[in-house]
Amino acid sequence: MTSEMLATILISMLGGAIRVSTPFMFVALGETLTEKSGRINLGLEGNLILGAMVAYAVSYQTGSPWLGVLAAGFSGVFLGLMHGVICSLPRVNDIAVGIAMMSFGTGIAFFFGKPYIQPSAPRLDGLPLGGWTDDSALAQALDINPLFFVGIAVAFVMWWALANTRIGLIVRMTGDSEASARAMGVEPYKVRIMSTAVGGFLAGVGGAFLSLSYPGSWNEGLSSGQGLMAVALVIFARWHPLRCIVAALLFGAAGALGPALQSVGISAGYYFFNAAPYILTLFIMIASARATSSARGAPGELSIVK
Amino acid sequence: MPIRGLSRRNLLKTGAAGLASAALPLGAIRPAFAANVVLGAVYVGPRDDYGWNQAHAVAMDILKTTDGVDVIEEENVPETDAVAQSMESMINLDGANLILATSFGYYDPFVKDLAKKYPDVEFRHAAPLWKEGDPTNAGSYFCYLNQAHYVDGVAAGLCTTSNKIGFVAAKPIPSVLSNINSVLLGARSVNPDATVQVIFTGDWSMPVREAEAANALVDAGADVITCHVDGPKVVIETAEGRGVKSCGHNASQRPLAPKGFITGAEYKWETIYNLYAALLADGQPLPNFLAGGYHNDMVRNTPYGAGANEAAIKAADAAIAALRGGEPIYVGPLKDNKGNLVIDKTYDNYDPELDGMNYLLEGVSGSIT
Repeated sequence: MTSEMLATILISMLGGAIRVSTPFMFVALGETLTEKSGRINLGLEGNLILGAMVAYAVSYQTGSPWLGVLAAGFSGVFLGLMHGVICSLPRVNDIAVGIAMMSFGTGIAFFFGKPYIQPSAPRLDGLPLGGWTDDSALAQALDINPLFFVGIAVAFVMWWALANTRIGLIVRMTGDSEASARAMGVEPYKVRIMSTAVGGFLAGVGGAFLSLSYPGSWNEGLSSGQGLMAVALVIFARWHPLRCIVAALLFGAAGALGPALQSVGISAGYYFFNAAPYILTLFIMIASARATSSARGAPGELSIVK
Repeated sequence: MPIRGLSRRNLLKTGAAGLASAALPLGAIRPAFAANVVLGAVYVGPRDDYGWNQAHAVAMDILKTTDGVDVIEEENVPETDAVAQSMESMINLDGANLILATSFGYYDPFVKDLAKKYPDVEFRHAAPLWKEGDPTNAGSYFCYLNQAHYVDGVAAGLCTTSNKIGFVAAKPIPSVLSNINSVLLGARSVNPDATVQVIFTGDWSMPVREAEAANALVDAGADVITCHVDGPKVVIETAEGRGVKSCGHNASQRPLAPKGFITGAEYKWETIYNLYAALLADGQPLPNFLAGGYHNDMVRNTPYGAGANEAAIKAADAAIAALRGGEPIYVGPLKDNKGNLVIDKTYDNYDPELDGMNYLLEGVSGSIT
């Protein structure tokens, strides 16, 4: 392997990490918030797909992609509220509802999205941060969508707010011990509905990134399970907003590995390299899972750890 | 087949069969192809994907307006046991007596098994897979799109300045490999220095990975991008966004790339479905194997876009005329990209030997495993 090939691979992976990671980041952050309050919302794949469709449709109809992003967020709030309210009914399992919400979100997105597969909607422009370099590949990798920075900002705000604000404390308390929350006069179901709704908003915005930035068009195969993988990333990130950024970037870079290797002529075994993100997840899970520490950091009220 | 117990579907099936035999005189239950054809069409993706499924669905409209033909359609059916269940429910619940299975992976084993299980139902599958010995109520129809890709290659070979054409491919099956090889041969016919670099994504519809692949090809120096995936929209739009030229696939993507579109390879399923419609209206049997290319109007190239230069248009038009006249694409001897002699002599464009293609020719960088 020459150094030129290595440079191409590294630049592709850098670009891939930045381009592909944003939806993972938003969904993982949304799920982190929801799980911090003691609920699991497996339905974020549905939010992601519905968000992608709504963002594309609104951007096409109004000509304003940012309005599309906002609308995608609110479609996510709608699904999140629904999940939150249904799960607040007695004896309802949040995981089962999540799976139902995933089918529901996907279904209405496909149903209402039919007329928007063909048209081209205005997309979100990237910030050309690579203007200083003559290398077109590097310049392209550094043409970064503002939502990427929004995601990082959200992660920092969430990290700070969970640790340092009254609201953050209430969310964490509700997630760790329902009894303590009640003793403090907090109504757990209200907190959880709000957290699921805000988490849904973030996942919807992640969907907007898929349809309005990268790959930048609406079709039914758009998400192909990214919402589900992002939920798994939360466990890998140990419910920590900042680690969600790292996990999403790592996943994006691993996803870019397959195409990048083939582009420099290392093409044998591409099925294996295309599976890199999943293999990576497996190895990280194996490496980080210990009987004593596997649930470290997990909110105490989560139905999977209780 | 999975073993099924007493399910709603089985109940419906038995009930419907009972009703049908009570209402109709014996022997008239399933007339061979006179009128009253119930056609079940199965698609692997959405019908409006700017690609493979759209090309089929648009052509299917011809059959919908044919007298005596009722069309039922199901989209997004994966190439798994799901397609067997879709086809069976079309047969048992909707009374379909002709099934058009439009995706490569549907044939073996699903169409073959069902053709044996339902000898009165006709199955036609859109890939050149039917051969002597397969059930006679099954069959294949296919357009040799590689001829149109050859024309893409001719145009691309004269539009590239880096001499590197990027190809985003789904799976290394013969028809995909033939398209890749034909792009190379087309490009080499006008530009001996041209090379093709291929990236396989592993599946028919992977939008994010397709965009990554197109970006990686541009990063590696390709300045014309083409593809063989179900919905080429993402690849073409990504290429346009990167400021490189592009050639389309399956349906017209010309509006997606106003600056860089050269031309594209398109199926003309209309020709086949028109023929089917005429035969069905006549009560005639459908042929077991029906295939064609430029010589019988089964493929076409998208009208040239802004990315095509004078020389490219002229050479591509000449190539189309030559293909119409039956000029061969695979002029032997040719080696694969590992140095083995794979094409010993010159083959006719429809020679069955080429249907089993499992190599990339010398000049293509990429690997099929």
